[in-house]
Amino acid sequence: MAQVSFDGVTKQFGDTTAVDDLTLHVADGELLVLLGSSGCGKTTALRMVAGLEDVTSGTVSIGDRVVNDVDPKDRDIAMVFQSYALYPHLTVAKNIAFPLRQRGVDKDERATKVARAAETLGLAALLDRKPGQLSGGQRQRVALARAIVREPLVFLMDEPLSNLDAALRVQTRADIVELQARLSTTTLYVTHDQVEAMTMGHRIAVMSEGKLQQVAAPEALYARPANSFVAHFLGSPGMNLMEGMLVESGATAAAGVDQQGTLCVAFPGASVPLPSAVADAVRGAGPDVLLGLRPEALHLSEDGAIGATVVIVELLGAETHVICHTETGARIIVRQSAAAAKPKIGEAVRIAVDPDPAAYHLFDPAEGGARLGGPS
Amino acid sequence: MTAVTTAPPVVPDPLGGDGAGAGAARDAGGSSVTRSRRRKQSLLAYLLILPAMMLFGVFSFYPFLRNFKLMLYETPPVPGLPPHYVGLHQIIPTITSTQFTQSLVTTLFLVVLVVPISLLAGLGLAVAAHRKLKGMAVYRVIFSSTVVSSVAVASVVFGTLLNPVVGLLPWLGINPNPPALESSTWALPAVALITIWQFLGLSFIVMLAGLQSVPDELLEAARIDGAGPWTRFWRMTVPLLSPTIFFAGVISTIYAFQAFGAIDILIGSQNAVRLHTNVLIYNIINTLQIENNAGAAAIMSTVLFLILLVLTLLQIRLLERRVSYAN
Repeated sequence: MAQVSFDGVTKQFGDTTAVDDLTLHVADGELLVLLGSSGCGKTTALRMVAGLEDVTSGTVSIGDRVVNDVDPKDRDIAMVFQSYALYPHLTVAKNIAFPLRQRGVDKDERATKVARAAETLGLAALLDRKPGQLSGGQRQRVALARAIVREPLVFLMDEPLSNLDAALRVQTRADIVELQARLSTTTLYVTHDQVEAMTMGHRIAVMSEGKLQQVAAPEALYARPANSFVAHFLGSPGMNLMEGMLVESGATAAAGVDQQGTLCVAFPGASVPLPSAVADAVRGAGPDVLLGLRPEALHLSEDGAIGATVVIVELLGAETHVICHTETGARIIVRQSAAAAKPKIGEAVRIAVDPDPAAYHLFDPAEGGARLGGPS
Repeated sequence: MTAVTTAPPVVPDPLGGDGAGAGAARDAGGSSVTRSRRRKQSLLAYLLILPAMMLFGVFSFYPFLRNFKLMLYETPPVPGLPPHYVGLHQIIPTITSTQFTQSLVTTLFLVVLVVPISLLAGLGLAVAAHRKLKGMAVYRVIFSSTVVSSVAVASVVFGTLLNPVVGLLPWLGINPNPPALESSTWALPAVALITIWQFLGLSFIVMLAGLQSVPDELLEAARIDGAGPWTRFWRMTVPLLSPTIFFAGVISTIYAFQAFGAIDILIGSQNAVRLHTNVLIYNIINTLQIENNAGAAAIMSTVLFLILLVLTLLQIRLLERRVSYAN
């Protein structure tokens, strides 16, 4: 079993806290993506598993063993670096063989394993080349071959695709997913690219400013973000977030029947009625809230609840992004199909929200922006 | 083999690219307008390097060429008589003379003492200083400071340290007799020590720069792959540093071949031969100034030049061969 666990792990560099009380468990055979913008602590977390950074407090375990004080070479891990970190003075074959050689694997076995790893990654014809003679994609594959050759307990990957061009990135992304599925080796994968995270991860752990924001499967993360940060970070463009107040409209207490009205989120120029399922969950919260609406849950409609002015219309081929400002100047983006009528810039429009309760997300406007209405 | 090594086709660029291929194509078709523009540009280039060329001309090229003329003239041993033309006849006697061959052997001894030790010591200090520790900058300044100390100061300091009365050696209870700088065994090592010390700063700076250019990730990858500190140093750092080490080797060899100041200040011309410190440069100067034999001095200078030229070319060739793994 090779699960990886962070238990209350904190890492400080001087006065800066890079990773703050991280508790996270990667299951055996899982591909977990650590996602966050640069400087969020994801790479530091990975390097602590590798043993390249000391842990300030808390414990990091691989399998059942706490590895805080275990030397990197004794952790039975393999790492793929962003720069690939190939040994420039060694041939491809020697690069791949290096971890075996350092562990005293005998020559014949080494040759067999190198040949097998090279075969797996389509490097058989390149074994005598030096890294300097390879293309970016080939170097990347050599780095992967060097990682898999030893059959380690855990793979650590630090943005391994970010130096590849777009087309190659899509291809290699699929290759890594396939390779990981075949070997079912526990993998911790660091990236800032949400598309990579969404397409590759069994689960995604979103980090920001050293803190873990949410861990969930990609669909769950997108459908029910735990806080306003995750809501805005995921999605392209991210979720629209608008400050408003929860107000009850049309409530009647007539004839002794406690008749509930419609719960709305109101802000200048708009009053967005919440579907009853959502309303029931958040009734009593607030009154200040953050209303989150994904761009694809919105459409332009004359009887829409939100009044806004069109600022920019972005044509992306298959779809169009209509970027509007509400009365208070808040940005709201509507994603519509290319076939839909495009509004003019400066035009006053009304924006309607899908009736599906899943389209409505409510967050606490205070710091942290926790999701309102039930667990995420 | 895939097509990675195929050269890109040379496509003439009608709009005037900067590539050599484009330039050649343009010259072949060549309109007179572009040709005159090119001429103007090269004229400007020559104009801009003219001041530097004049300095080189007066202080390097002219003396260098004049040296070849001096080789052809013999100065009579009697002062006052003009030198007379002997052609190539004094070359063989000069380079086969005991004085010259002994001087050459002495120089080689000095080089053998200086080069490996100054490279190793420079590398050692650089490795020690290549850490992220507070106050390391102070050590870096100290280690590199020998670069800016003059040979005269260094000689006086070491002369004092080696002094049999007030020096460091008697203080340590070591009292060689005769004193180091008057001993035919220890005078040359003492001179080597000063030369090493003087070169150490530069060796340190070059090695540190080399170490800093080795990517951290590479050493981290090696660490994860199971390499201990010793293996990382010998199997990663040193091979990646080899261009730097070769470069330091070339310049320290040239430096050691030209050691002069310490010998002149601490040993002096009367004792140089007796104490086996009569290195080539020193012999040349004594031949010129004391024996007043410009012809022989010029011949020896030429030999020194040829030795350094061959060494430099050899090391550059080695350098090119070893540094074939540029990323």
